[in-house]
Amino acid sequence: MEVQGESWLTTKLEPFVDWAQKNSFWPLPFGTACCAIEFMGTVSSHYDMSRFGYEVVRFSPRQSDLMIVAGTITDKMAPVLKRIYDQMPDPKWVVSMGACACSGGFYRAYHVMQGIDEIIPVDIYVPGCPPSPEGLMYGILQIKEKIDRERKASRRGGKRKGEHAA
Amino acid sequence: MPPEAAVALDPAAAIAAGFPEGSVVPQEGPGAPTDQPTWVVRREVLRDLCRALRDNPKTRFDLLLDVCGVDYPEREERFESVYHLYSMPRGRRLRLKVPVAEGDARIPSVVPVWKGADWFEREVYDMFGVVFEDHPNLRRILTHDGFQGHALRKDYDPARRWILTEDKIYMPKLVAPPGRSDSMFERMTINIGPSHPAMHGTFRFVAMVDGEEIVASEVEIGYLHRCMEKMSETHTWQQVIPYTDRLNYCSSFINNVAYCRTVEKLLGVEVPPKAVWARTILSEFSRVMDHCVANGSSLVDTGALTNFWYFFQVREEIYGLLEAVCGARLTVSACRIGGLLADLPPDFVARCRRLLEFIPPLIDDVEKLIDKNRIWIDRSVGIAAISGEDAVNWSWTGPCLRASGVAYDVRKAHPYDLYDTVDWQVPVLYGGDTYDRYKVRMLEIRQSLSIIRQLLDRGMPEGPFVVDDPHVALPSKEACYNQMESMIYHFKLIMDGIQVPPGETYLMTEGANGELGFYVVSDGSGKPYRLHVRAPCFPIFSTFSDLMRGHSISDAIATLGGLNVIAGELER
Repeated sequence: MEVQGESWLTTKLEPFVDWAQKNSFWPLPFGTACCAIEFMGTVSSHYDMSRFGYEVVRFSPRQSDLMIVAGTITDKMAPVLKRIYDQMPDPKWVVSMGACACSGGFYRAYHVMQGIDEIIPVDIYVPGCPPSPEGLMYGILQIKEKIDRERKASRRGGKRKGEHAA
Repeated sequence: MPPEAAVALDPAAAIAAGFPEGSVVPQEGPGAPTDQPTWVVRREVLRDLCRALRDNPKTRFDLLLDVCGVDYPEREERFESVYHLYSMPRGRRLRLKVPVAEGDARIPSVVPVWKGADWFEREVYDMFGVVFEDHPNLRRILTHDGFQGHALRKDYDPARRWILTEDKIYMPKLVAPPGRSDSMFERMTINIGPSHPAMHGTFRFVAMVDGEEIVASEVEIGYLHRCMEKMSETHTWQQVIPYTDRLNYCSSFINNVAYCRTVEKLLGVEVPPKAVWARTILSEFSRVMDHCVANGSSLVDTGALTNFWYFFQVREEIYGLLEAVCGARLTVSACRIGGLLADLPPDFVARCRRLLEFIPPLIDDVEKLIDKNRIWIDRSVGIAAISGEDAVNWSWTGPCLRASGVAYDVRKAHPYDLYDTVDWQVPVLYGGDTYDRYKVRMLEIRQSLSIIRQLLDRGMPEGPFVVDDPHVALPSKEACYNQMESMIYHFKLIMDGIQVPPGETYLMTEGANGELGFYVVSDGSGKPYRLHVRAPCFPIFSTFSDLMRGHSISDAIATLGGLNVIAGELER
């Protein structure tokens, strides 16, 4: 994007949409356990995630485009997670926050899903048990880069988020 | 048994004598638990015995603390259902064990005696397959409905999973009470949770409403059942400490203390004064943190968002202290069996003092905003009120019970650490409603800060931070690298774990939300044979659908935060 003079700029539609999208995520916290407390810490005044434009935390999947899975997902919760994910409109991104969501963590057990990527696609894995707020913020900022990379890939004919094969 | 306990249990023994011979047998002699009197009870007399123990004015075992199962596959009567009773007026404890065989695993339910037994018995049924006769709603509670087998049986593979398909998701069938003739609304069933904007964590609440009034409801939990108890059976005693962090993750340090104290009791280890001092201080800071979350989320559900930020600022500052002590913010694992993880940082006292300066103004601000706030008062006074008697019958403990006028606090009733050496009070209120539960927590925060201040004034005790016993605590790095003997001890402790002698014990600690108890059974193999957590919010939450009858959906949401139900602890 280039700023022309004082009051208008020229750009193409795609980069403009990307720019808007990556700077104003509406996250949906799918918080189940300890990580959810650290997520609260991240959006609270001390760390203040709104500095990046991500403060509109929505609890309805239909109004959000970034799902942050914070906490252990059990087999009992799995159908719920799947359904919530399906209810989000495209394009959508998923951050898997913490060891449990990434891999089941140290719960190698009879009722715990060994990573949410068993049922939904994940864009960014944030390690930690729980990750510190800095870690979570770093993870979410990686999504920005991912959007940029996807745009470049799409110029070469790659598929973008939310696009389905024609 | 100390002589005074023997005297007080005489009336109980007299009650037991009234039952047929051989049906109530005290467990005595070598190998018997020494922490509290234990009786082996035949199931036929269980309910009558319980009723007698509860109603006899000389015993008054009015609080059923816990019911859990233990599996001994080599015994003829394989399953044991263990009941922990507590007498509030007498301050006595009693353990009942009911053994049953696998082919005939039926026990009469004690729900008619203590309502709090409801969910405890369901858990034993879910985990061991023991059937409780005449139970009002005996079905799985923690695992899902597609699950097969009983997970805590010794022959169940810890990693064997079952997939839940959509068609097996539980749908409660609520029975509508007879309709009021003046009601102009059609009855409607609403499902809230487990992922819902208004729900905390992972609970599911299905309510039948008449207009806005809840006429019947059911709570479904287990969405965060992480198999902590099974996992601890597959890990060494030290390795269980991180699992305890993730029980009540809002105040994980208290869980560490509770677990380590239990194992120390089995080992007979004396913790050095410095560790005891630091444990008391950090436990109280954790309590402050926990109350901040409980009150903050309770208030945010009624629209008071500002306080949530204030409370979280308190937490952030305390995180700073915990980070200095152990490097972690939330899940600290800062205790070790026999002491602490590491020596305290040099500026520990200065940091604590800074917090004591920092926290009270924020608490004051919240009280100024809330205590006389018209909206909050309208939303909380008289909502979800429970009497002290009912609360005890439902096995409540902690701040929620103290808001109903019962002054039971483990720190006063059975002092541990340094609680009997400082001057503090147990705040008690009598409304039993959402407002009083909020207020009790605010008062407790001030008491906790006062305890910390007194301990800081006393000064940090000199000496080691962990017990000097190579069979329990790791030797220092320096010793490890320079002495053959220390290196061997280090190797043995890491590879084999602490060798806890065979035995069993139950030990209680005042968690942020009530009596946090660990019932552990050791067989001397280096891993816990059975570890059961008496989670304080488990019986409290079991009351929820009863509590909310006649109130509105919005009241239910406002009440939930004040009950401080933490999923990690509830479902373990």
